[in-house]
Amino acid sequence: MTAPLLDVRDLRTQFGTGVRAVKAVDGVSFTVDRGEILGLVGESGSGKSITGFSILGLIEPPGRIEGGRILFMGEDLVGAPREALRRIRGKRIAMIFQDPMMTLNPVLTIGTQMVEAVLAHDAVPRRTAVERARDALGLVGIPSPDERLKAYPHQFSGGMRQRVAIAIALLHRPDLVIADEPTTALDVTIQSQILYEVRRLADAFGMALVWISHDLGVVAGLADRVAVMYAGRIVETGTVDDVLDRPAHPYTRGLMDALPATAVPGDRLRPIPGMAPLPTSRPDGCPFRTRCFAATDACRAEPVVTVAAGHEWRCHHPIREPAA
Amino acid sequence: MAVFVIRRLMQSLIVLAATAALVFLGVFAIGDPGEMLIPPDATPAERAQVMAALGLDRPLPVQFVTFLANILQGDFGRSFVFDQPSIALILGRLPATLELAFVALAIALVLGLPLGLLAGLRPRTATDEAIMTGSILGFSLPNFWQGMMLIMIFAVWLGWLPSTGRGPRGTILGIETSLASWEGIRHLILPATNLALFKLALVIRLTRTGVRETMPLDFVKFARAKGLTERRIVLVHVMKTIMIPLVTVIGMELGSLIAFAVVTETIFAWPGIGKLLIDSIMRLDRPVVVAYLLVVVAMFITLNFLVDVLYSILDPRIRLGRA
Ligand SMILES: Nc1ncnc2c1ncn2[C@@H]1O[C@H](COP(=O)(O)OP(=O)(O)O)[C@@H](O)[C@H]1O
Ligand SMILES: [Mg+2]
Repeated sequence: MTAPLLDVRDLRTQFGTGVRAVKAVDGVSFTVDRGEILGLVGESGSGKSITGFSILGLIEPPGRIEGGRILFMGEDLVGAPREALRRIRGKRIAMIFQDPMMTLNPVLTIGTQMVEAVLAHDAVPRRTAVERARDALGLVGIPSPDERLKAYPHQFSGGMRQRVAIAIALLHRPDLVIADEPTTALDVTIQSQILYEVRRLADAFGMALVWISHDLGVVAGLADRVAVMYAGRIVETGTVDDVLDRPAHPYTRGLMDALPATAVPGDRLRPIPGMAPLPTSRPDGCPFRTRCFAATDACRAEPVVTVAAGHEWRCHHPIREPAA
Repeated sequence: MAVFVIRRLMQSLIVLAATAALVFLGVFAIGDPGEMLIPPDATPAERAQVMAALGLDRPLPVQFVTFLANILQGDFGRSFVFDQPSIALILGRLPATLELAFVALAIALVLGLPLGLLAGLRPRTATDEAIMTGSILGFSLPNFWQGMMLIMIFAVWLGWLPSTGRGPRGTILGIETSLASWEGIRHLILPATNLALFKLALVIRLTRTGVRETMPLDFVKFARAKGLTERRIVLVHVMKTIMIPLVTVIGMELGSLIAFAVVTETIFAWPGIGKLLIDSIMRLDRPVVVAYLLVVVAMFITLNFLVDVLYSILDPRIRLGRA
């Protein structure tokens, strides 16, 4: 087996220090292979975005990566020199943000913002950069790209802006794209178009994709593997089939029951009771125990990771025993 | 855009007319120029003759209508003191004031932008604290006191720079200016610095606030995610964003620089319109005061107008919104 493209090990990212530190990411480990699509799922506030930003080295004070390793093609990005990180950002690892209305600078043209992204990594003549920007716009389905290069972000709809952001992410044909809920802020009809577009392009260029979402349903149709995140940790990982057909963690089960498509027809949707705990007031042991139907006193102790043929979970009372 | 320009021009004319009326009434209240101009031992007949010659014997409304009609023909009245057209006096002194104001503005920007950037990028560090403390001093100490301190330190104690008057002028690109010779520049440094200090503090604060507000925005993070250098992010993405509010405020402040020049010109005996205004008020030289106020108001209005146009060039959302 070859080494994975991205290997995140025990990543811990927190804001502030001491007892009042917010442990946004609290020991996250996962891998992404070349060309693979990993869905990173969890309720809002579970630390998905911070995980993504940590990988790109985009955590700013008072936040910092407290520990762990982020091995990208064998090289540890944690503590890598700023310039080394800069060379990787946008070139080898690209990111698409959640809110397309906020990700483009309102006072610079689309062309400027695309050309600078080309020139940040490749010493090519301006004209070449403009051509590459134009081609990238065409690739994501933006009509008359030549003219659109001269336009400003406010002249685009939300969906079109997200396409521009995708075009920018694809400029350098990165090995890995981190898409942080890129459809959450968009209309439902546009969501599926964007979803389709990203999938098509990831396939076409053989890019690996980490698709962050709070919607298990979206991930089910898109990803090869799923990682379920809760309170700064990954509580279950596996192939889409493993995790969705045979969920081990009660939290995963809860997410599925709250989904219209997987709930038993005729039944009412069953949202998970209670709210995700704030990072400052997480229960000790298993952080899900306060909302879990299977919780016992044993859950006050830290659950260990169980591994069964690529399917992993972190629970004292998994829903099913591993197939022998 | 054309509609916008025409509407703005109409507004400007109304403001100008209203100012003319206010100025006329205001100036009428500041005393009788006859007292100053006519020797105390003049006979009543001589006195009446002078007043008639100056048009001061007629009723107020008549004087106002005459005044307006004259202004429309470019005649702002003759200075009682200099016996020259007052507008010519003002325009003759204007270059000195404009030179002072523009150099002060240049100092404020050239020092203020980098200092504000530095403070904004390193908030709550010693650098930031030092810069902000300096800017609080610039804001809160009275301008005339700052001027006197400058004279004390650099002219009296150190003897490095002259403290009064305008130095020799030369021409650069057809403009007569003190900047043409070192001696001219030496004369300009203290008054321009004095006039600049308040604006410098303002530019520092605006820039710092702008940087602090812009840096956490998503588009800055996205720019980083693209792999741009920090240098390009700050100098292009952040600067272009904060230029918009900055240009507005600076444009407005250029007008007040010219108005504030009154204090600086008086302290440093700078032969500009501010000093002329003070001298004319002392001598009740009404036409000069009137011409000064009208010229300054006209400049304010023109600057506002230019700022609006510049603003719409800088901010693409506005440009298209009004088109
Ligand atoms: N700048 C910050 N300062 C303090 N806490 C933060 C900051 N950014 C995020 N957090 C905390 O980190 C946790 C995880 O956030 P995030 O990764 O954005 O969640 P999500 O899974 O919704 O993307 C949240 O509880 C949030 O309160
Ligand atoms: Mg998020």
